[in-house]
Amino acid sequence: MSNTIPAKNVEVARKLKFNIYRHNPKDENSKPFFQTYEIDEADSMTLFIALSEIRENLDPTVQFDFVCRAGICGSCAMLVNGRPKLACRTLTKDLPSEVTLAPLPGFELIGDLSVNTGKWMRNMSEHLETWIHNKEKENFNVIEERMDPDKAEEIYELERCVECGCCIAACGTAQMRNDFVGAVGINQLARFSIDPRDDRDDAKFYEVLGTDEGVFGCMTLLGCDDMCPKELPLAQQIAYMRRKMAKAEV
Amino acid sequence: MQVIYSDALVIGGGLAGLRAAIGMKRRGHDPIVLSLVPPKRSHSAAAQGGMQASLGNTIKGEGDNEDVHFQDTVRGSDWGADQDVARMFVNTAPKAIRELAAWGVPWGRVRGGDHESVIDGKKVTLTEKKEAHGLIAARNFGGTQKWRTCYVSDGTGHSMLYTMSNQAIAENIPVVERAEAISLIHDGERCHGAIVRCLITGELTAYVAKATCIATGGFGRIYRTSTNAVINEGIGAAIALETGIAKLGNMEAVQFHPTGIFPAGILVTEGCRGDGGLLLDNKEHRFMPDYEPEKKELASRDVVSRCMETHIARGNGVQSRFGEHLWLDIRLLGKKHIEGKLREVKEICEYFLGVDPIKQLIPVRPAQHYSMGGVRTDYTGQSPTLKGLFSAGESACWDMHGFNRLGGNSVAETAVAGMIVGETMSEYLESDAGDIKVSTALVKDFLTKQEKELAGYANSKGNRNPFHVIREMQETMSKDVAIFRSEDRLNAAIEKLTELQRQVADIKVNSSAKGANPELMAAYRAPKMLKLALCVAQGALQRTESRGAHFREDYPLRDDANWLNRTLASWKEGDELPSLEYEQLDVKTMEYPPAWRGYGAKEWKEHPETAARQAEVDAVKEKLSDRFAIQNELMPYEHKLPELLRSRNERLGEKEGQ
Repeated sequence: MSNTIPAKNVEVARKLKFNIYRHNPKDENSKPFFQTYEIDEADSMTLFIALSEIRENLDPTVQFDFVCRAGICGSCAMLVNGRPKLACRTLTKDLPSEVTLAPLPGFELIGDLSVNTGKWMRNMSEHLETWIHNKEKENFNVIEERMDPDKAEEIYELERCVECGCCIAACGTAQMRNDFVGAVGINQLARFSIDPRDDRDDAKFYEVLGTDEGVFGCMTLLGCDDMCPKELPLAQQIAYMRRKMAKAEV
Repeated sequence: MQVIYSDALVIGGGLAGLRAAIGMKRRGHDPIVLSLVPPKRSHSAAAQGGMQASLGNTIKGEGDNEDVHFQDTVRGSDWGADQDVARMFVNTAPKAIRELAAWGVPWGRVRGGDHESVIDGKKVTLTEKKEAHGLIAARNFGGTQKWRTCYVSDGTGHSMLYTMSNQAIAENIPVVERAEAISLIHDGERCHGAIVRCLITGELTAYVAKATCIATGGFGRIYRTSTNAVINEGIGAAIALETGIAKLGNMEAVQFHPTGIFPAGILVTEGCRGDGGLLLDNKEHRFMPDYEPEKKELASRDVVSRCMETHIARGNGVQSRFGEHLWLDIRLLGKKHIEGKLREVKEICEYFLGVDPIKQLIPVRPAQHYSMGGVRTDYTGQSPTLKGLFSAGESACWDMHGFNRLGGNSVAETAVAGMIVGETMSEYLESDAGDIKVSTALVKDFLTKQEKELAGYANSKGNRNPFHVIREMQETMSKDVAIFRSEDRLNAAIEKLTELQRQVADIKVNSSAKGANPELMAAYRAPKMLKLALCVAQGALQRTESRGAHFREDYPLRDDANWLNRTLASWKEGDELPSLEYEQLDVKTMEYPPAWRGYGAKEWKEHPETAARQAEVDAVKEKLSDRFAIQNELMPYEHKLPELLRSRNERLGEKEGQ
């Protein structure tokens, strides 16, 4: 049993051709181009397995990001034949034999397929203050505050976001203006707005969301909703927050 | 030479590191957190099933308290745990969970009234108390007497980590992302920070700090098949080992999780079995009751993993092109439960196996999962041999897990150890011991040494691919230092690992590209990972008994008479093997003297002092009735906790002392 199944051990189904975006922004002589690698497809091969094999056996310099390789952490989002996806849980059998991989647009490029989503997300989080605002001092020695079980589940529904950046890569507004907080940001504030532990009212949320960088920048192209790998109801959350903000304004 | 000064350097941005940093910040210190990846991508996010804390809110958790949690933890550890630490842990776990609730974790809550559940393969109706409605709920997990594992669907780690990371942002704690500590700065007695490589630019920086905390998680990636994230390479533990002064504890204690999906090795949570899932063989026969009639699927992980491998070895595995496996059956839990409380499991099955667990069986086989060993610390989280160096979470051997960790006790440890170590590091910073006098010449020496080592790989005359060295090490570990161990196989593994270690000199890095340079990263990590692998293999070879996850086919009994101790490994520069020594556990001071675990092997070799200590314990229990008084009489520990964490925990319907 092995995490990465070497292609040589199994019957060859197809030859896979990967066109991978190559660029090292740290090197002033580096110009972007697509480099092609060929490997044998294996059973249950994911893009994580394929890219690891390319790096281990064909080219040790290719840069890409994986952490959990199980669809949980959101590190490995990239453009797979033009569409933002989590590479770790994309099976090669669901793709044509020629696959083009490119980094997510909308984020600073670190190199090849690796982009700096972390920096973007921390900025967004600081700007929107994506944490519980509660003036009461917590006392962890006494029985916890009660919460309705349905409310807890409702919050978790929105909290499942993994900050992978697919919604930003798929967003027309985010591609045009880099200060747009995107579906990821709006969804997170929607999560805090329904949380009874958070003291902020709509007027408070309006300060950060009632602008063109916030909900009013959305052009409703629904790319975020289509591409979210966690299938979060993003369009609904944007509409919900926009309606709240429109009301808060009057 | 770029030098950055701070009060405290926290290496690792997962749950333990972030919580320790928050604690220090709240006491007025200025920590810096380093993280290999954005903190929200840390392996803490992968903890699906839950966090143990004895709240006792649910009907199946009724009567739970610190004492029961303590007993389960010590038994789970196969008496390898530090019982003081286990006590500190169980008292702090309810505080940790309640703090996280206040910070925003949407814990699953009790719904008063009737609900359906599956226990031992049968549907039952449980009636939750009305007065518990809205309090934090809990599910069942292996090796526990009560339902104690609090959860957020099966995304517990995700919710905890997002909340913790957001809290760190709220408290304005700087996190340097994509930064890797590759060497500790020290003067032979005291740690002064670390040499850190930027994984974006490739530049080296010296981070000088009064106190340093390693919170880098486990080292599962020294194995080929592991449920661990690809970043869990153990570099934090390795740089501590490379000081030659800090020591690693119990490295041979490596846990295998029963339900890694086959063949990918991706984890599906113990919650599957806790919620009523069953293990089946090639005839779809439920085999666990044949081996383990007491706890069946819910014995501790080491026991279940061994039963599974034994059952496969007896010819009952399901054949597949990748080898043999068994089945996990969660169909009996029903669509609503799977889509609600086990959704992550459903997604993993669909995406990686093309299996719908509502209707189909899940192929599983045990996979490396958790490192009980790590940087040996005392109860405050500090290395006893290298002052100023602390460790928290999976990277530490603190040591509450001993030779086997119970499910749900690891995320609990991260938050709890983070709370405790955040306080003890603050106390250290506020004391005279916290002052440093470090010369820039010393810092420069460490930086220059790293620069030379990194440049060496490019100038090497050899032509060894570092990725291949790592792969061969991983294959050796998975083959010969895994669930079943024996002298022959361990010797073979050590020979192979030592040979690979010699080949490190032949590693050649072909690319001199600026920036991250993944080939160079593999090159400098390979010798570090090999040292950890050798500590595991050598520790396993020397330990001629079976305890918890460490199982020797040639020495199947737990041997308290000779091995009731903790292995300490250190590494002298230039040596081929670690130096091992042993730290005795004192039966005479144990609150809970060694006994049968309640599952697994019923025989062991008794320690000569066990019977006398047990008699003392019985006498105290006879004499006193208040549980706190009994505890305090047997093993006073409260003074060891930081002041902030000393209070008792309130529980529904619990009166003082009962």
